[in-house]
Formats: sequence, structure tokens, C-alpha cells
Amino acid sequence: MVDRIADPWGERTPYGPGQQWPVRVDRYLADGRGDADVDRWVQSASVLHSNGDALDIGVADGRIVGVRGRAVDRINRGRVDPKDLYGWQANHSPDRLTRPLVRDGGRLVEADWDTAMGRIVARSKELLDGPGGWGHFGFYTSGQLFLEEYYTLGVIGKAGLGTPHMDGNTRLCTATAAASMKASFGTDGQPGSYTDVDHCDAIALWGHNVAETQTVLWMRMLDRRRGPNPPAMLAVDPRATPVAREADLHLAVRNGTNVALMNGLLREIIRRGWYDNDYVDAHTLGFEELCRIVDGYPPQRVADICGVPAADVERAAELVGTSQRLLSTVLQGFYQSNQATAAACAVNNLHLVRGMIGRPGAGIYQMNGQPTAQNNRETGADGDLPGLRNWDNERHVEELARLWNVDVDTIPHWAPPTHAMQIFRYAEQGSIKLLWISATNPAVSLPELHRIRQILTRPELFVVVQDLFLTETAELADVVLPAATWGEKTGTFTSVDRTVHISDKAVEPPGEARPDLDIFLDYARRMDFRNRDGQPLIDWSGPEEVFEAWKECSRGRPCDYTAITYEKLRGGSGIQWPCTDEHPDGTERLYTDGHFHTDPDYCETYGHDLATGAEFTEAEYRAKEPDGRAFLHTVEYQPSPEVPDDEHPLLLTTGRTVYQFHTRTKTGRAPQLNQAAPDVWVELNPADAARFGIAEGDLVGVSSTRGAIQARARLCGIRPGVVFLPFHYGYFDQDPADRTPRAANELTITAWDPVSKQPLFKVAAVAVTKLADGRGVPSPAPTVGGSAPPADADVPPTIGGPAAEATSGKE
Amino acid sequence: MNLAHYLGLLHRAQVNLADAFRQVADAHAEEPDIEHLCQQQAKRCDAHAEQLHPFVVRYSEDAPDEPDRLHSQLFTGTRTGGIGLLRDLQDLYLMAAECDITWTVVGQAAYGARDKELLAVVRSCEGETAIQLKWLRTRMKAAAPQALVVAD
Repeated sequence: MVDRIADPWGERTPYGPGQQWPVRVDRYLADGRGDADVDRWVQSASVLHSNGDALDIGVADGRIVGVRGRAVDRINRGRVDPKDLYGWQANHSPDRLTRPLVRDGGRLVEADWDTAMGRIVARSKELLDGPGGWGHFGFYTSGQLFLEEYYTLGVIGKAGLGTPHMDGNTRLCTATAAASMKASFGTDGQPGSYTDVDHCDAIALWGHNVAETQTVLWMRMLDRRRGPNPPAMLAVDPRATPVAREADLHLAVRNGTNVALMNGLLREIIRRGWYDNDYVDAHTLGFEELCRIVDGYPPQRVADICGVPAADVERAAELVGTSQRLLSTVLQGFYQSNQATAAACAVNNLHLVRGMIGRPGAGIYQMNGQPTAQNNRETGADGDLPGLRNWDNERHVEELARLWNVDVDTIPHWAPPTHAMQIFRYAEQGSIKLLWISATNPAVSLPELHRIRQILTRPELFVVVQDLFLTETAELADVVLPAATWGEKTGTFTSVDRTVHISDKAVEPPGEARPDLDIFLDYARRMDFRNRDGQPLIDWSGPEEVFEAWKECSRGRPCDYTAITYEKLRGGSGIQWPCTDEHPDGTERLYTDGHFHTDPDYCETYGHDLATGAEFTEAEYRAKEPDGRAFLHTVEYQPSPEVPDDEHPLLLTTGRTVYQFHTRTKTGRAPQLNQAAPDVWVELNPADAARFGIAEGDLVGVSSTRGAIQARARLCGIRPGVVFLPFHYGYFDQDPADRTPRAANELTITAWDPVSKQPLFKVAAVAVTKLADGRGVPSPAPTVGGSAPPADADVPPTIGGPAAEATSGKE
Repeated sequence: MNLAHYLGLLHRAQVNLADAFRQVADAHAEEPDIEHLCQQQAKRCDAHAEQLHPFVVRYSEDAPDEPDRLHSQLFTGTRTGGIGLLRDLQDLYLMAAECDITWTVVGQAAYGARDKELLAVVRSCEGETAIQLKWLRTRMKAAAPQALVVAD
């Protein structure tokens, strides 16, 4: 038995370079059940993070009773993240939505599906009638639906309504990953494979607290670290996360200065001759410009900007500069920060100049935060066109028009699809009049929440929310549609390293709840969208038909699914795209021959100026003659739009704990997870705490120019001058009459990266004040993870106890 | 040598553009990308003006009187709303376009004057002005359909 709350990562299974990662099958069955008490196991994968861990859902008497990892799968080899071990219990939560709700007389009241859909369709038809009708529609979807659902939604938006106003909350989590890969390599698509962990001799984690966000990937890294010839490790993070504590070198940089650090590292690598001149010459463009810019970042200047010792900058350059098989992973510390796309591109630069790409151990993971974010990017339910096509390439748009049998001008392609923050701005200004939100909770997860609530409550704005629960967002809706979730519907989704999994339906959804796909198909039917021949635009009836249609859309593109079938996905391991007749078992790594997706007829973008987001034209792009070479994009460091001042002297960064996911819609309803991290806390460095007279457990007010919240203080190893808030905590489980402000996003700034348009959650200036004494009671922060208190602190450890007893075995 | 007049024209155009960027940033602060990027570009214009200043001084020493109607007024203040934003960006575009063509003209004169220092300044600045034009065009292209066809 193992308590996976007390120990989220479980027992080590060490291995050496080039060896296969040993199997370890994790399992949790509720109420003391054993395998004999399970009627059947249904194949699926994780939806509570982006790692794509394959697991089976245990079913007994028509209900989910537990999960176990799939030993056969290439990603997790049987392991399961604690969020997945316990999180499925939310499916059974008594407050699941089981009937549609409509707003009558200011209140949400139960209704039947006909009434709810009828209201949406009536409003839609009214808005669509007249020139520019398309522009009144906005769709804000998720990183947690299935591929088939996104693709259907994308077709509805682009070919049915003809609106560019569709994006996902992937904008908050993964937009910079996509933007940086498009910019550097020509298209989206992860170069590396998770098996690069098995082969690497160094791992650099750039703003990526993988121990808490993708625990199974961290287990793999830890197992290499405990085996023979372990990889060296570099962590860049202002917090003392488990990754930072494990790493050989930790650079606790000042938030918002990543570009300065990367420029400094590249300078050292070039000056010391640690780059691969032949690779640079043959496979890249922009080396001279890179050298010119990074030359201005000697270690001492980097040290001054980033607030780290100059000697550590040199040590870090040596660690990444002298490795033979370097693996980099990048996440929110770069993506949600200042100069996001430029910083992520700089990591690509590091690998390109060292020739560290496309071979075992030499890999890059531009990570995702959510389980199905990758599919949103592929299918074009976000700011992309389906099949990683280029909106500015008329031929690409014509391919879609032929596929859907619509006029090419039906598909909006005069500009990139509208990004989420702009969609909300149009809604604020009143030109978007219908906003359809599916499987996400912007009333907790977007920046500057008072503004978001104001927008969602505008009387002129018709808000549709499709979710499992009455979230903080759903409370403000005009129509609420009860959705089925993971385990209650069938579909596919794709991990960070392009591995496609199927998730089969295990049980019936509660009450009248419906799969999101069925809801979208029902809308398309009721709207009577037609193609050019007057036939229904969308004639699919179930997920497998949509998947087959999607395969055609993906044909010949980087994310080619054409040789994948539902049948092939069942029984064995997930499969990495591209998977074609020539490569029927999928493709482990991209760019193995140093030939990148930058051909002008193939690429996904003609490129941007990284400082402003200015778009280059096709003619300008062609003039660069990329010829399969990758781009080295380099920019000067620029300070964040908001920096601390006398009134707001501290820098706020927001983030995650291992026990919660997003706005706790599911994890907050799984008892073991919720008890481990039940309420918000604020992390302070002891030196800052002393300056403000704050002790562990004290109630602290944290304020920015946009709002104020209250949280109990955790004194821990965060960088001095920086405070941290977990962004998970909203208001759904507080008494509506007595809601104390606690959501981190009350404080964050409305600002975004000029290229990826990802909001800057990591750089708000805040003030802290002590509001009440904690009287010796510690804060509710877990003692596991980035919020771990010092060893000598008198804080009881976070444990799960008997209710969290799981098993783990080398089967 | 009349180069001094064109240097003065360019210098004043950069100062005016910096000022206009700042006014647009303030007037449209509710569009966070506009505010942030206009402030950023205003600083670039400041830097351009600063780099030009020594040449303005140097060449003005032997310059004849300034000709009539050298300067033009392209900006008379900001507007509000979606279409107002579009028009304000269009004003900025025209002002940046004036700078752009004036860099070209000054660059040609720098060749004629065999002034390598001035030419270096032109080379480094004209690319940044071109990016300003490109950014303004990008932003206006995205905003135009919603402002002109959709919004009430």
C-alpha cells in the first residue's frame, strides 16, 4: 500500500541511459475493492494534466470504482498521477448538472433540452440575420474536450457561422508552445519524444515545475536520476519547487527576465565554442543576428537583470553547453511570463545551435498544460486553422473549403482567428453578443476577474455555458447545458509528445447530461448549416465518424492521423503522429534529418516580429528562402509591462499544486485531493515575511491595482521579493452570501504576449499586509511541492491516510 | 546643403510620432495591447530622435533658411470607440509612413554626403520604423471587419 497523497511520485524504479523505463502499475480502487470486484476495465487516458498517461477505468455495477495504469503504454508504463488516482470520484459528485438550466426572471431554472437549445438557436438565428452577423458570435472552449468535439466545433464556427471568434483556454496554457514551434520550425508539432528522458545526459527545465504538473514525467526523470549515469539537471524557477530542490543547479530568476537569461546563456555557448557550426550552417537561418544580439548579455549584466549570481549563469551555460544529449522542457514560467514567445524560441535556439534535436535524448518539450490542448491546436478550435494550416495561405484555406464543400470566402481568413482576450474585449464592447463557453471557467481562470464578471453579466451578452457543474462561470450564464465527461463518452486525444490515445465510454452520464459532441452536433442540426450543394454541412452522428473525417483533414499535414483507427488505438499503446501508410506505427521524433517545416507552401505561419507581433507577408517570407532550415529568432530583453514600485513592492507569480487542476471543478470534488490542498495560501520568503511582520499561518491581504484577496501565509523557499498564489481557488464551494475574495486572478494584469497572445500571469506587482494573526495554526498549503515549509517548521505533513491507500507494483 | 532641413523634418516627425503613440496609448488604455505596444514604440521614436539630434546640430551650421511648408500636421488628437481606435491607428500609420520615406530620403543624402555615421543611424532606425508600419497594419487588419461591419 502507498499513500499517494503523502508521496505523489511513489517508489523509484531506477534505470540507466538507453534502457527501457521499468513498468510500475499504479492502481486505486475505492471502498476497499480488489480486482475481483471490478466487472470490466475500460481503456482511457488521463484528463487531469497534459502528460497523456494511459489508464483503465474500473467499472462495477455500472459505476466507476477506480483506475489502474496501463503497463503496455509508452508514456507511463503503468504509472498514474495522484490526480487521476482519485479525481474520477468527481464524476459521481451529487452536484453534477443533470438537466439544462435557462435564465428566467434573473434566476436559472431547470428546463428540457428542447427549451434550452431552442433559446440558443433562436438567438443565433436572430444574430446571424444581416451583414456581419458572424461577428456577433464568440466561442471560448477548452483544453479538456476530445479531438472529435473540437473538430466539430471548429467546422461549426469556420464553415457554419463563418466566424473567426473562436479560441480555447489553451490560450492560457499552451499558446506560446505552439507559437514558438511555428516560429522556429515552421509548424506546430513537438520535436521530441518522452523516451528522450531515457537517453539524455542533461535535463533543463525552463519555468517548468514538472513534479507537480506532470508527475509521471517527473517519475521518469527521477528514475533516471536514481539510476546509473544520471542526467545533470538545471531548473529555472523563482520558487523552490521539487524540481529546483532536485536539480544540480537552480537559477531562481526574477519573474519576467527569461529572455535576458537565455540571451546570456547563448552568448556563453557561442563564445566558448559549444555550438555545432556544421548544424548551424546547414539547418538554420539567423545565426549572425543571434550572435549580434546575445553579445550584449555578458554574465554580469544577466546577473543584474535576473537577480542571480553571475557565476551561476556561467555554470548553467556549461551544464547545457557541454552535454551531449540535452533535453529541455518549457512551461508556464516561460509561457505566462514577459516576452513569452521570444523566451520559448530562445530555448529552441539553444537546441538548434547545439544541433540537439531529432535524435534520442536530444529533444525539446514545449509543454502543454492540459490533456487535450494539443488537439485544440490541431483541429482549429483555437487560434489556428485545422490541420496546422496557415490562415494567410490561400491554398491552405482552399483545401479546407474543398473538404467541407463550402465557398472559400465562407471561412474567415482575413486575419488570424481572434484570440481569447480579444473575444472578451469584443464582448465587453458589445459587438460579440453570444458567447458560448464549453468546459472552462473563465470567471476564475482569466486575468482581472472583476472585469471578466462584469463582461459575463452584461445584459446584452447571451452567455451559454456547457459544463459538468454549476461553476462560477455557469452561475452567470443565460443557458447552462449539462455535459457528460471523461468516462461517460468516447473520443481521442493527444499528449505533449504527439501520442494519440482513445478514451472509451465506461458508464452512462448522469440524468440528461450529454456528450459535448452530441451538443455541438445538435446545434449544427438545429441551425441547419448547409454546404455548397445544399446538403447538411455536418452529417456525422458519432465520434468515430468525426475521427474518420478528421483524418482526411489531417492528410499530408504534420499531424497526419490517416493510418490511425479506433481499432488500432484499442488494446495496445498510444500511437505518435504523424501516422501514415508509410509510417503505420507512428513517428517517434520529428526533424531527424534536420529538415524543418519551413517551406513556404507548407509552413503554418509567415512569421512575426517577436517584439510587436507584426506579421510578415508571404513575399517577405519567401524572400528568406528558408528551404527547410529552422529560424533562430532573437530579441533584446524588455522589462515587463508591470514592475514593482513603492506601493506594490512585490512581484506576484501564480501557479499550481500537485493536488489540484485548473479551477478545481473536478479535483475539488475528490476528497483525498481536496483535503490535501483545501484552500488558498500565499507563499512568502521568510525575509519578506519578517519585513512585513508576517508569520506562518497569518491571514494576509494581497492587493494589486486591480483587486485584493485574502490568504494564509506559507513561509518557504520562494525567491525574496516574489510571492506566489495558486490560481485554483474560486468561489463555488463558499457560501454565496459570504464569499471572501481568494482567487489569484482578482490581482493579475490584463496583458499578453504580442505573438502568442498568452496572458501574463507571472508578473503582477502586489502589496501584502498582515490582516490577522494565525495564532500558531499553519496555512492550508500542502507540505509537499513548491509550498513545502523549511524542515524545522512546525507544520504537520500532508497525508492522505487510509482513504488514499493505493497500490503500486512491478507487474 | 539642404540636408539639415530634411534632418529637421525627420527629427520633428519622430518627436511627433512618439507623442502621438503616447496619446493613443492613453486614450485606448482599455485595449491592453495597444497601450503597451504604443508605449513601447514611443520609446523607440524617442531613441530615433535622440540619435538624429547630433546630425541635426552638425548640418544646421551651414544650412540656408528653412523652405516654406516643410512640415505637415498629421495628428490632431485621439478618438474613442472601435472605429475611433481604427482611425487613430491610421493616423499613426500615416505618421510612421512619413518617417519611413524620410529615412529613405535622408539615407540617400547620407550616401551623397559620404557620411558613414549618419548612414549607420539610418540603417538601424529605418528597420524599426518599418516594423512599426507592419505592426499597425497587422493590428488594423484584425480590427477592421469587427469595427466596420459588425459593431453597431
